[in-house]
Amino acid sequence: MTAGNGPTTGPGAAGGRTSWLIRGVEVAGPGQRGSTDLLLAGGTITAIGSGLSDAGAQVLDAVGLIALPGLVDLHTHLREPGREDAETVETGTRAAALGGFTAVHAMANTEPVADTAGVVEQVWRLGRAAGYCDVQPVGAVTVGLAGTRLAELGTMADSAARVRVFSDDGRCVADPLLMRRALEYVKAFDGVIAQHAQDPRLTEGAQLNEGEISGRLGLAGWPAVAEEAIIARDCLLAAHVGSALHVCHVSTAGSAEIIRWAKSKGWPVTAEVTPHHLLLTDELAVGYDPVFKVNPPLRTASDVAELRRALADGTIDCVATDHAPHPVEAKETEWSEAAFGMTGLETALRVVQHAMVNTGLLDWPGVADRMSVRPARIGRLTGHGALLAAGGPANLTLYDPAAPAEPVSTAGASKSRNTPFAGMPLPGRVVATFLRGTPSVLDGKLA
Amino acid sequence: MKRHLISAADLSRGDALLILDTAEELASLADRPIKKLPTLRGRTVVNLFFEDSTRTRISFEAAAKRLSADVINFSAKGSSVAKGESLKDTALTLEAMGADAVVIRHSASGAAHRLAGWVRGSVVNAGDGTHEHPTQALLDAFTIRRRLRATAGRGSGLDGIRVTIVGDVLHSRVARSNVLLLSILGAEVTLAAPPTLLPLAVDTWPCAVSYDLDTELPKSDVVMMLRVQQERMTAAYFPSVREYSRRYGLDAARMARLPDHAIVMHPGPMNRGVEIAAEVADSARSMIVEQVANGVTTRMAVLYLLLGGTEFPAVAS
Repeated sequence: MTAGNGPTTGPGAAGGRTSWLIRGVEVAGPGQRGSTDLLLAGGTITAIGSGLSDAGAQVLDAVGLIALPGLVDLHTHLREPGREDAETVETGTRAAALGGFTAVHAMANTEPVADTAGVVEQVWRLGRAAGYCDVQPVGAVTVGLAGTRLAELGTMADSAARVRVFSDDGRCVADPLLMRRALEYVKAFDGVIAQHAQDPRLTEGAQLNEGEISGRLGLAGWPAVAEEAIIARDCLLAAHVGSALHVCHVSTAGSAEIIRWAKSKGWPVTAEVTPHHLLLTDELAVGYDPVFKVNPPLRTASDVAELRRALADGTIDCVATDHAPHPVEAKETEWSEAAFGMTGLETALRVVQHAMVNTGLLDWPGVADRMSVRPARIGRLTGHGALLAAGGPANLTLYDPAAPAEPVSTAGASKSRNTPFAGMPLPGRVVATFLRGTPSVLDGKLA
Repeated sequence: MKRHLISAADLSRGDALLILDTAEELASLADRPIKKLPTLRGRTVVNLFFEDSTRTRISFEAAAKRLSADVINFSAKGSSVAKGESLKDTALTLEAMGADAVVIRHSASGAAHRLAGWVRGSVVNAGDGTHEHPTQALLDAFTIRRRLRATAGRGSGLDGIRVTIVGDVLHSRVARSNVLLLSILGAEVTLAAPPTLLPLAVDTWPCAVSYDLDTELPKSDVVMMLRVQQERMTAAYFPSVREYSRRYGLDAARMARLPDHAIVMHPGPMNRGVEIAAEVADSARSMIVEQVANGVTTRMAVLYLLLGGTEFPAVAS
């Protein structure tokens, strides 16, 4: 994958001249137990084992830390081009690196929309220039996200950005015929359609999960069935044409059940869940603070429990942030006027530790699988998502799970402040992130 | 009492009774030749109306003026709001002008709640989207108590009174506030509506639900008709205005099924011939004009209690 070839400048510049010796780290992967040392040189992990030494290497004492393969986000809004007031590729990838990510997929709903080779190549080049993590552009499925005409999917696939994931995210490819054709068409270049599952008619004017809270608050309800009906239809379409469907930001218990059923048939369906849907519920909307307004909406506690279970048993393949930065004024409004979306890159791993690891639902090898291995596989990303092994790419995240729970701060590297976790104590700390052997983050700060 | 009145749920039973009893005291003013009290002299009440609602604005304006408050009417049309000013900036402007109370009417649910986070004065919700309209519920409770409780019911709640609220509950701020307030006061509330016009989780509300108006009427002490908006038809909430009227409209024949003492209410503005027939609206059971009059006294009581005005002269004597 071209994105894996890395930037030409910046911290991720290919190779990195310095070698690093990481001492006493716990490597998250199947069968790997106990602390060990890692030697990183020339962009790869050159050795793994106890008692390694290299006189020329910088030494990082990592006792008590966990080494994860560099995290991969399948769902990031970097906002550039068009909304550089909310985020840029540079600020977004800085946030990603601080969150432990070494690759992000940049969603297509920019201005202009990433529906041509020109726009996806622009985003890809901006990512290479920023260099804090690899940026793999996602292409739009339909021209202008309008849902009427297929975008030039093949041209985007053949471009320098080598697009493999296509999505109208933010909008649903609602037309069943268009969805069928898109799924079929991308088989030619091993593409995948990432669907934002939201029946538009069932969600006209919708503001909040339809249930007790929406009824009490007088906010137009957003029924679970609006998501589930599209997912069911798309699973059937994917099976019919034998092509890969990826379901974005699954938010309901019913959606998880449908995906579990589709997978039991052996159908080519994958799915993601956001950190916020693993932790937050619609009850947070009672103060009408739009920082909790998101698409799909926060659901109920029983949905949260089922989503956690589905992520644990692999029904849901991965965690994807749906990092959606917005300027202050887009949220300091009436609820119905406010923009949908939450930031998430800098908090994702801490939320996953809190919701999945500390609850005993997932171990650290499981986290490596759901936040790196599987999202890289779904995104057709080479050079990422490999379990840490000698000879493999030196993309890794060092994480301190024992760091005491600190309230989440709104001050971060993202240009935007719309984190729903502000003030919430979350455990853990990303200590360092390495992109091809070069640190993008050291001691919790951008390197 | 809390500093703001945003939801009927902000009120305890004791708060609600205090408001109703205060309104009862103030009502006796209306019979005096000079209706004005000096209690809120020097205080500023802003009527911040983002939605056209002449009746509610006038009611609040009359209430504030009878308490001698200075009233500023701020209508969104033709103002800076029409030029794109945000609610927050409007709030900061009012704050700078030193508003002691802001009465807000807005098309967005939660607007009053948001405003309360940005101003120091008391916020009174005069209707926010499809959320709540607590002073309407208070004036309705006041009207019910005056009519159905002996000696105007001072100090008493609405325990055991059966109230049927009919129509578009889903989109009704009046219904939400009334269900909360009337149940706090001990009334037995039943919602009668087509299933499409009830919230999905209405079973969690402190009331009963019926799809059949006719079976509820003989058991009702109060029937409260909600305005039905014609545009609901295009969104397939019901097939036609005529069918709605046939099944859920209150006409003379249906009114005859009510117990003799029962009263008919409507928050206005009415669609005569749709949810309520003209002969019902104009009948002796109809409280509609009385509701308007009671609106002023109830809102006086709310402003008085929220702003902690000086003792008013012993109007009860």
